[in-house]
Amino acid sequence: MIPFKLLVLACLGYVLLLFIVAFVVEQRAAQGGIKWLRSPLVYTLSLSIYCTAWTFYGAVGYAARSGLEFATIYLGPTLMFIGWWWLLRKLVRIGKTQRVTSIADLISARYGKSNLLGVMVTLLAVVSATPYIALQLQSVTLSFGVFAQGAPNDWKPDSGQTAIWVAIGLAMFTILFGTRNLDANEQHQGVVTAIAVEAMVKLVALLTVGVFVVWVVADGPADIIAKVNVSSLSGWRLQPGRWAGLTFLSAAAVVSLPRMFQVMVVENVSERHLATAAWAFPLYLFAMSLFVVPIAVVGLEVLPKGSNPDLFVLTLPLALHHGSLAMLAFLGGFSSATSMVIVAAIALSTMVSNHIVMPFWLKVGTRQATVAGDVRQIVLVSRRISIAGVLALGYGYYRVTGGGEALAAIGLISFVGAAQVLPAMLGGIFWRGGTRTGAVAGLGIGFAVWLYTLFLPSFGATGLMPEHVMQAGPFGIGWLRPHAMFGIEEADPLLHALFWSMTLNTLAFCTVSLASFPDPVERLQSAQFVNAFEQGPGARGWSHGLAEAEDMLVMSQRILGPEAAQSFFAAQARAQGMAGLLPDTTPQFIDQLERRLSGSVGAATAHAMIAQIVGGAAVSVEDLMAVANETAQIMEYSNQLEAKSEELTRTARALREANGKLTQLSDQKDAFLSQISHELRTPMTSIRAFSEILMEGGMTEEQELKYAGIIHDETIRLTRLLDDLLDLSVLENGQVTLSEVDVDLRDLIDRALMAAGPGAMAVERDDSTETVVVRTDSDRLSQVFINLVTNARKYCDAAKPKLRIEVRVRGGQVDVDFIDNGRGIPKESQAIIFEKFARLTDQARAGGAGLGLAICREIMANLGGSIAYLPGQGGAAFRVSFPRRIARAA
Amino acid sequence: MRRGRALFLERRGYRLRRLMDAARLLPVLGVFLFMLPILWGPQATGARSTAVDGVYLFLVWPVLIVLAYLISRRLAPVTEEAGDAWDEGGAGR
Repeated sequence: MIPFKLLVLACLGYVLLLFIVAFVVEQRAAQGGIKWLRSPLVYTLSLSIYCTAWTFYGAVGYAARSGLEFATIYLGPTLMFIGWWWLLRKLVRIGKTQRVTSIADLISARYGKSNLLGVMVTLLAVVSATPYIALQLQSVTLSFGVFAQGAPNDWKPDSGQTAIWVAIGLAMFTILFGTRNLDANEQHQGVVTAIAVEAMVKLVALLTVGVFVVWVVADGPADIIAKVNVSSLSGWRLQPGRWAGLTFLSAAAVVSLPRMFQVMVVENVSERHLATAAWAFPLYLFAMSLFVVPIAVVGLEVLPKGSNPDLFVLTLPLALHHGSLAMLAFLGGFSSATSMVIVAAIALSTMVSNHIVMPFWLKVGTRQATVAGDVRQIVLVSRRISIAGVLALGYGYYRVTGGGEALAAIGLISFVGAAQVLPAMLGGIFWRGGTRTGAVAGLGIGFAVWLYTLFLPSFGATGLMPEHVMQAGPFGIGWLRPHAMFGIEEADPLLHALFWSMTLNTLAFCTVSLASFPDPVERLQSAQFVNAFEQGPGARGWSHGLAEAEDMLVMSQRILGPEAAQSFFAAQARAQGMAGLLPDTTPQFIDQLERRLSGSVGAATAHAMIAQIVGGAAVSVEDLMAVANETAQIMEYSNQLEAKSEELTRTARALREANGKLTQLSDQKDAFLSQISHELRTPMTSIRAFSEILMEGGMTEEQELKYAGIIHDETIRLTRLLDDLLDLSVLENGQVTLSEVDVDLRDLIDRALMAAGPGAMAVERDDSTETVVVRTDSDRLSQVFINLVTNARKYCDAAKPKLRIEVRVRGGQVDVDFIDNGRGIPKESQAIIFEKFARLTDQARAGGAGLGLAICREIMANLGGSIAYLPGQGGAAFRVSFPRRIARAA
Repeated sequence: MRRGRALFLERRGYRLRRLMDAARLLPVLGVFLFMLPILWGPQATGARSTAVDGVYLFLVWPVLIVLAYLISRRLAPVTEEAGDAWDEGGAGR
């Protein structure tokens, strides 16, 4: 017998190991790390959350009661995976192209980004998953209980207490690794890897117990077959209805359970992985069920009559005094339970936050999508609360039902609930004619029938379904009895509910779809989903780009984070042949942006947010023609023309931009000449005047001193101007010699702030990010910093001027942002501020000659970096980027 | 033939098409094999031999897995070729 303390210790150690695995993987992934962790093997293993504690322990119990029927739970998924070319491949492809975040998101996006459907699927998922989570808590509690029987009294755990600690621990793990970031596509590498480790543990555990039973307890397979023939299992009854029905049910469940959808579609990184999982996952299932019957038979033979067959995996090694084996089995069961709960909580919380919390938040109050502030925090907090909520629900269900026998049947009940999504899903990706109203009707009816015939009666006679309704039907209407709808008596309740819910669901979906008419967005989406494989450029949902790119940037920074949003915008601008951060708001651009956003907050919310800026969902007649798809040849031809004209437009745009810049430069050149004569002339005039006065003589010494002082000042000003010009020409010609030193960035910034002199401006810095040692020319770099700080002091016109300095290291690149809270620089001037003598305000205020930023730009070019204006930061913002180690030029 | 395609594909393309057909047919074979036990045995009493059914099931299962392996191994490159097209704007991992 294993000491109970040791068991608890092993458990904690195991959880710690998972934490470390998840943590290390996240760290490595952030550094752009390890390829093999995203391998087909990890993907296949992560799919194993299909095998929960219900299958780990329960399969043996199931086999002991109903013979081979337990295998149907694995046969369905096997069929689904070896048939991956039909359905799973398409699901994964759609998941990628549409950046689907959950099963609710898939359904909502397919049917015109309808949030009503998102909410319905979310509710269905939460209701059907809650008992399942309770089941996992129960299994952990029960397995603890098995070990606790031999424990001393003071260590005897209260079963309720065990469950609550397990629930709290799981909630913490999930929150820690499941809501780290709001990344594109909702992928969680740390969690997935930890799940893969758990998959290995449970497989190894079950196989070890199986090998032990077959070759140590019994004398090999032949002996097992002999034992089967004499046991109570020998003559099992194959009920054709249940055999086929359960196979269908488990096949349906493997694609429609939210947690399976999460690992299979959302966390998928490559379709190639699916090709591997197509045979490897059935192999895993095969291995998991291979030893189920032997364990059941030997358990029935060895253990005393009346012992719970659901715990044979655990009690058999214990009864035969193999403590360490029992411990392994315990950890296997623990893994099965925890991995399921973690993934289910992530999937459900994503759905709840994207389809219930975010839309609600967007609607409530007058908040607009463009207001500054970080939405990510709100999303993350709502996910964390949802995770805690989901686990609390599971725990509550466990307490309410008392964790009795009733729970054992709940696995299949939950499957039937989840399977209600199937008609809307299949109809959505294979049939263009499926409509939103049809999906709402089908899901609604399926959900209701499931609740009425299966879920509510499952609470038992004392539960939510009154006894007289069960016996005589509601209001005495006999043919509406929950277990005998339409007069089908004597049917197995599960099969009965499956049959009616799926039939009525499908029927409603099809007839209502046939009778209703979809709106334009729906038709666009249906074309994109059904024709997922032959997608060209794709039909567009937005036709008029009335929106300002800057508003879009402000909004997406709040959801994606500044860094990701800026690089996305920059890439889009580059693709359009433009420099800088702000691309033209073409329909394609808005479309891609929406897809990118929907990877974080779901299709419906992303659509609503963009609509707030663009001003209404805009689908034009031309777009609808694309949907009609009847004039394929004309389309193809016009597509080619369009591509050509697009190319022309792009060239024209680039030319126009270049031309504009040239004109501006020529104007500047004129300005430069008059400026320089003016700049040189003003000091010269006063020098001449005062030296003439001095030459005349006859002044007091005091006066002489004063005039000489003025002459001196003016020459200094002149010299400075000439120095600057000289500096600039040296830099421009690349004749500058750089002295490289290792320098701490923080010291450099300190120095720059000091050199720029004291001012009324508050400076906001983050010391922790600034400790970066860079190898560069420190004098030149600090010259740039000083210039930027001085500029901010000079031009920032806020009532309480504030300068924020942010340092970010990306690979070998260091970015330093200087952001003040003033009015910023108007868009039309952003392109010329780095030119010589470009001064935006009047000269008197500026005081300099307008060479500062031009010099900065040249210095940065010499240091192998760049300086750029960052629009949309709520003030004037400059980004200085340079390599961490300066590259030696030849 | 539609859109002016050639009437016959070259050999490699033809093989690939048939392989996709095989991938589509495999689950149908699977359903047939898994449902076959329903047709056996004494219908009247319903009692049957667990050992025989079990051995049958656990033999058919690996056969399907091996077939799936043979097919999907050759189809995997096809998915990747297609897969590269949409992988442009990803998270850059």
